[in-house]
Amino acid sequence: MIGRLKDLLVALAVLLLGRRRPGGDPEAERIVPPGSPDRRAEAWVLALFGLATAGSIAFLVVYALDPLAHRTQLLGVALGVALAALGAACLVIATRLVVTEELEEPYPAEHVGDQDAVAQLVAESGDRITRRRLLTLGGAAAGGTLGLALLAPALAVGPVFDTDELAKTPWRRGRALVDEAGRRIAADAIEEEAFYTAFPEGADRETVGAPLVVVRLSPDALHLPPERRGWAPEGIVAYSKICTHAGCAIALYRKPTFPAVEPRPAFVCPCHYSTFDPATGGTVLFGPAGRALPQLPLLVDRSGNLRAAGNFSGPVGPSWWGVRSRKARGA
Amino acid sequence: MRALLATLLALALPALAAAEPPRVGIVTPNAPPGTPLRELGYQLYAGNCAECHGTAGAGVAPSQSANGTGDIHAAGPPLRGVGARAADFYLRTGYMPLARADVQPRRSRVLFTPREVDALVAYVGSLGHGPPVPRPHPERGDVAAGLSLFTDHCAGCHQVAARGGYLPGAVAPPLDEATPTQVAEAVRIGPYLMPLFSTRAISDRQLDSIVAYVEYAKRPQDPGGLAIGRIGPVPEGLIAWFVGGAALVGCCVMIGKKAR
Amino acid sequence: MIRGIVRYLDERSGSAPLLRKGLRYVFPDHWSFLLGEVALYCFVILVATGVYLTLFFDPSTAPTVYHGSYAPLRGVEMTQAYRSVVDISFSVKAGLLIRQTHHWAADVFVVSIVLHLLRVFFTGAYRKPRDLTYLIGVTMLVLALLEGYLGYSLVDDLLSGMGLAIGYGVALSIPVVGANLALLIWGAPFPGGAEFWSRMYIVHVLVLPVLIGTLLAAHLLLVAARHHTQFRGPRASERRVVGIPAFPGQAPRSLALALFVAAVLVFLGGLVQINPIWLWGPYHVASATNGAQPDWYLGWLIGALRLMPAWDFTIGSHTLVPNPFWGGVLFPGVVFGFLYLWPWLERRVTGQHGWFNLLDRPRDRPWRTAIGAAMVSWVLIVFLAGSADRVAVTFGVGYADQIWVYRVLVWVVPVVVLVVTRRICGELIAGERVEAVRRRAEAEAAAPPPRSTIAD
Repeated sequence: MIGRLKDLLVALAVLLLGRRRPGGDPEAERIVPPGSPDRRAEAWVLALFGLATAGSIAFLVVYALDPLAHRTQLLGVALGVALAALGAACLVIATRLVVTEELEEPYPAEHVGDQDAVAQLVAESGDRITRRRLLTLGGAAAGGTLGLALLAPALAVGPVFDTDELAKTPWRRGRALVDEAGRRIAADAIEEEAFYTAFPEGADRETVGAPLVVVRLSPDALHLPPERRGWAPEGIVAYSKICTHAGCAIALYRKPTFPAVEPRPAFVCPCHYSTFDPATGGTVLFGPAGRALPQLPLLVDRSGNLRAAGNFSGPVGPSWWGVRSRKARGA
Repeated sequence: MRALLATLLALALPALAAAEPPRVGIVTPNAPPGTPLRELGYQLYAGNCAECHGTAGAGVAPSQSANGTGDIHAAGPPLRGVGARAADFYLRTGYMPLARADVQPRRSRVLFTPREVDALVAYVGSLGHGPPVPRPHPERGDVAAGLSLFTDHCAGCHQVAARGGYLPGAVAPPLDEATPTQVAEAVRIGPYLMPLFSTRAISDRQLDSIVAYVEYAKRPQDPGGLAIGRIGPVPEGLIAWFVGGAALVGCCVMIGKKAR
Repeated sequence: MIRGIVRYLDERSGSAPLLRKGLRYVFPDHWSFLLGEVALYCFVILVATGVYLTLFFDPSTAPTVYHGSYAPLRGVEMTQAYRSVVDISFSVKAGLLIRQTHHWAADVFVVSIVLHLLRVFFTGAYRKPRDLTYLIGVTMLVLALLEGYLGYSLVDDLLSGMGLAIGYGVALSIPVVGANLALLIWGAPFPGGAEFWSRMYIVHVLVLPVLIGTLLAAHLLLVAARHHTQFRGPRASERRVVGIPAFPGQAPRSLALALFVAAVLVFLGGLVQINPIWLWGPYHVASATNGAQPDWYLGWLIGALRLMPAWDFTIGSHTLVPNPFWGGVLFPGVVFGFLYLWPWLERRVTGQHGWFNLLDRPRDRPWRTAIGAAMVSWVLIVFLAGSADRVAVTFGVGYADQIWVYRVLVWVVPVVVLVVTRRICGELIAGERVEAVRRRAEAEAAAPPPRSTIAD
């Protein structure tokens, strides 16, 4: 029994480790030129295959093991080693184990005869037709209109022609301002040097028309346009939180600690640093925005809470063709 | 042109741009060891702060500033009623003393000794009835709630992972060196161009969560490997070009024929 | 055994003559010819890893509350899309490795396309009969940029939401049709209707990959049909192509390159964290973070948006061109317009309408090289301007100062680069002439020559 096993092992070893004599059929003419064997390169390839196998097995083991610190790193290194080793083996095969030939052949040229034949073929196929122009026109009309008909359903994917949607906001006179937690905001809770995000009560917050930035400025610092008199009760101003440049949220309010030498209060959009002046009706101080931040008129109700006194001074969000001739509308 | 030079200089010499200011302009009073804290604070204040913040924290408006003191603009806001909270924040971050009133105070080496800081905090705290130094409890906070609050109130300037950011006129500092107390102080004070948040905007409980989040953001889990700054695409693009791209060009050169 | 397989195939497909020819197909050998192959293998890896990710990704904006294994997000409200990517990163075994490899592959994919494009441009490989191949290649670059943008937008983290907002602003700014186009794509004013996510998803996982794949096939077929270009050499000429046969020479080389590409991307995916979306948190219309940037290959567009002065083109009270159009549409339009028109433009100016199988050295075409370098420097300056805010934070250089410097540099640097490059090319050529004359003189001085030497 043991003897047979030994024979089997020896046979296996000979099969695996034995070297083949190079060259195939000596009679036939070769296509690939012959080359001499390179035993060291073969050993390298064998070692690299071994490394690749080890990497793959390591990947499987790491994958199978449960909670493991740095699992992603171990998986990446194991798989990366396997791939790199296999790649290196291919490179050794390419440069050391197969013959690198330099072949030469002519670049392809154009086929003048065939070109003519194709053109002739197409022309001759249609030469029974007498009213060619009219037929072409008819065919184009049929094809074009069919194309339009097939494209028409695509219009259903969006309200293509109804751009009024863009000017709609959830704000209207009397709608209360609420904070992130949905609580109404009392006017005297708004402090100077602070800034607040507000939303319309009972409306969807995830639209560009909804969020506001609210700050309180000292009344003598406020220089709103004359037609906006009364929009800022107690010096509290509210603007759309969405930048008129590219639609990011104005998540940044800078306010000076020592106004005598520091920059004036401003809203800033952190995407492209458009800077708006809350004291002058949201005009642009710096950055690429081309349009002032829309202001929302405010009023203080009987219980002292902030409410909208109307809709914004203009459409909210990024600008489009003709945006300045639009008015913000209720939803 | 000046800006160009400054750009080039700063790009070439980041180490120079970040160099710490020397301990100049600090006047250390010759107080005997037993001097009461507030008395020491008074003397330190008189020597180091009063030029800009005025006698007894009255403040100095820019027009009143005396000329002939080099490039130091002797002007500063009044300190009456700011309390120990503000003094503690500005001194322990090294924001004060400031060379010029019109530049952004930055985190730097604290020039005073701990006892001197204690003395100054005690003195400034005694001017008016200002708030004391807050004691935040990040261990009572909730990191997930903190992330939401931080996104709502802080990320616009400080970047969502608290790596710092830019706004016209200032740099919002990264918060990796800010202690829990300093974070709590800054939220309530609103230093330099930062807005302030009262307890009506951010409750003490919420503040604990924000502090807990900032503490987490200093050393977040990085399951993906090297963190490369945690600011997203800029360092990622650099790696894509100068590690990924370079390695693959190297592979091409290794495999293909080289230039003769 | 090999004969058996070939026989089986040939009997059923008649492909033996084709195979025989294909195996001896000639590849001119130069390292820079492999850059396009790198892009090809990146694409293969993107498809493979991408398919894996679709098995777990949920393209839905339905709200949910996170209760997964990443504690700092527990209890946070988010969309299913974001939740599923957090789960891929933390709960799916090897999910983070695949996700990061996918993202690195996207970043490196565009790197390799750009390098390939630069090689093709500066050696004149785009000329007839390969101009169609080139135009298809440029189109694939455009599609790759769009595909990448959709990929990171789908995640619905804070950065992706801000990126989408900017994309919406840019779409809206297109004159006349912008509003209609934006509503058509988004289905409703930003952040769009519920169906917007399934639209992005199908375009990202099906429409664009199939388009890119089809164009890729056409690109490769055209390359094969006209053979690859080659550098001038002792045997290489306009009429004869010289190189390594596909088999056995090129095949193991290409396989090695494919495996190296995979290895580099997997190493990056495992070792370097990319887009840690769990740190960004979910997106809401009212929230934003400082320092938001797009992936690098769109960095030139954010640079252009930031450089542009506050200028809407308005007549009376009628807005004709809102600001984002300049940086977001016109600038890339000019760059890609240049790339598309260049082969035709060059033909018009030089009057060379023939076939070109031999590549130029950049110095041999001073004007092309100078114009190309100027164009590269133009895009590069705008690109750098996009990271001015991070420079301001890291090095303390004023952002507004930088923007003004860049606004000047963006027009000055290309002109300087144009002149200097033109000059350098001229000097190099002149230097070579001097060298040639010197060598000839030396050879004549050493008379009689010991034996005839083969030049070069």
